[in-house]
Amino acid sequence: MRLSLAPVPYAWSRADLLRFYEEAIHWPLDGVVLGEYVCGKRRELRREDWWAIAEAWAASGREVVLTTPVLPDPDADIQHLRRVVGNGRFSVEANDLTSVALLRKRSLSFVGGPGLNLYNHRDVALFQRAGMTRWVLNPEQGRKDLADFRRYSEGTSPPEVEVVAWGRSALAYSPRCFSARAAGAPKDDCRFVCRDWPEGLPVRTRDGVPFLRLNGVEVQSETLYDLAPEIPLLKQLGVSLLRLVPQPEGTADIVSRFRLAIAGASVPRVGAASRYWPSADAGKAPVAGAGGTRDAPASSPQVAASRSEKEGRGDGGA
Amino acid sequence: MNRRPELVCPAGSLPALRAAVDHGADAVYVGFRDRTNARAFPGLNFSDEDLARGMAYVHERGRRIYAVLNTYPGSSDLERWERAVDKAADLGADALIVADPAVLDYAARHHPDLPRHLSVQASAPSVEALDFYAREWGVTRAVLPRVLTVHQVERLAARSAVALEVFAFGSLCIMVEGRCQLSSYVTGASPNTCGVCSPAHAVRWEEGPEGREARLDGVLIDRYAPGETTAYPTVCKGRYEVQGHVFHALEEPTSLDVLPLLPRLVAGGIAAFKIEGRQRGPAYVAQVTQVWREALDAVAANPDAFQIRRSWTETLARLSEGGRTTLGPYDRLWR
Repeated sequence: MRLSLAPVPYAWSRADLLRFYEEAIHWPLDGVVLGEYVCGKRRELRREDWWAIAEAWAASGREVVLTTPVLPDPDADIQHLRRVVGNGRFSVEANDLTSVALLRKRSLSFVGGPGLNLYNHRDVALFQRAGMTRWVLNPEQGRKDLADFRRYSEGTSPPEVEVVAWGRSALAYSPRCFSARAAGAPKDDCRFVCRDWPEGLPVRTRDGVPFLRLNGVEVQSETLYDLAPEIPLLKQLGVSLLRLVPQPEGTADIVSRFRLAIAGASVPRVGAASRYWPSADAGKAPVAGAGGTRDAPASSPQVAASRSEKEGRGDGGA
Repeated sequence: MNRRPELVCPAGSLPALRAAVDHGADAVYVGFRDRTNARAFPGLNFSDEDLARGMAYVHERGRRIYAVLNTYPGSSDLERWERAVDKAADLGADALIVADPAVLDYAARHHPDLPRHLSVQASAPSVEALDFYAREWGVTRAVLPRVLTVHQVERLAARSAVALEVFAFGSLCIMVEGRCQLSSYVTGASPNTCGVCSPAHAVRWEEGPEGREARLDGVLIDRYAPGETTAYPTVCKGRYEVQGHVFHALEEPTSLDVLPLLPRLVAGGIAAFKIEGRQRGPAYVAQVTQVWREALDAVAANPDAFQIRRSWTETLARLSEGGRTTLGPYDRLWR
């Protein structure tokens, strides 16, 4: 089982980003995913800077993957995306279908990032045929999904599986910038207010419970998930890589703790358990900051509504 | 553009289907009574018998009916989705609306002549992504995610070989469709896997000392003073505290309404306009359908003279969330 470092989700300053990767290269990591995926306007590091970081990590024997925008703007981001896809040196992580399509067109292999909607063994096989060599589970996929996947993939050679094992969940993306909205600024003139929040802008419920983090066009969970205690289960399910999301402080300790846990040590849970990875201490998992037990399995909601409630509901998918 | 765009209306029940057809829908979209579609609400959607009757009603009047199979099955569920594809084909659906690649692939292999529309839940916002779906699985139409500005939609329509359908009116997802796990985070049930956002079983209304509280699986989504209009507690439309201020941190309760952009979008070659709301009753469907029928007919008659009638605006405002409408992401300033 290998350890990889997720791309930095937040708008850190140039100095902080450079310092972070200089330090992190000495941590016991097997791979790194580099680049800005949340917002194309964040350009603290230039292309040459990212390239230099990537080369340094590759020279140190690490697997280097370049990430792509999660929501590439057809005007602002498409050139950048084409350059990443055609970089000719490092493998690329596709975070949306535009990236997949560009990679497929060039017959390049790719990492299927957590932003892709691949929910079953057939989806994964179809994308594997299109060039996907590694599949990163999305935040709502867990133990049952992966166990089912393994059962139905028996006798085949599916791609490697990677799971985000530490960090706040990336819950949603929008064409709207929520950091700018909170500052009363339009997105086109955002003044990079997201830089003020190196770990996302905290959102609390009206009764004071920490709930979400706003990070540009991304909404994250307040909850920091920690799957270190689930490592035996993850190994059993054939997970090849664990991905750890960087934070401004303490990431070195997190990496060390995961390294110990992979080596077989029993480590205490530092963050929260995930409802999607139930194990020994499941059922007590805090989920959305408000406490309380929520054990409804994701795949079988106990739906019971009155007509009037439905009439007024506000979700607008197809 | 000489081809007239289609008005595609929601039908969560047989009465709603009849209302849509009677008030001018060119096509209706319907789901089965299970998790295979993103409006898996109790009491909603079609039994096989109802669907057969609905198909007959639609086809006798020369309209079209699309079967929605736009959720994502896990490995052990895939067969149920495949049976739903077979059923839709057998009953005579005119197209399938699908998000999951495996379901698309199954439909393409087993029912190659049944047109396949890409659901908004698949979130394909570019000519590259649309081409990919066309090449791999023969998708001929795609419902666009609500992420592009009107200018970007126009350019995409000019370049895309896949016909484009856009959302015209109804509840507004402000997150990229199919890529929102806010409901999943709070309740464990998401639109992608369970076909529900903020499932009703997780909703609780409570009278507290500071007002009426709407909770979702225990999480306070909003609190209302006496006289304030309440809204169904979806995470993205709640009021929260950010840096000491309480406001709709993500979005206000409001409905999407692209009526002001209609002539532009028609001229741009948009193939179909979709009304959201399979969870709505027949009265709602009838009124919205009628407004949009009149509006599309007015554009077809004389696009240059198109003017929004006051009766349309009043009807739509009355039927909108929070009594408000927005152009949403079509408008740069919304962002």
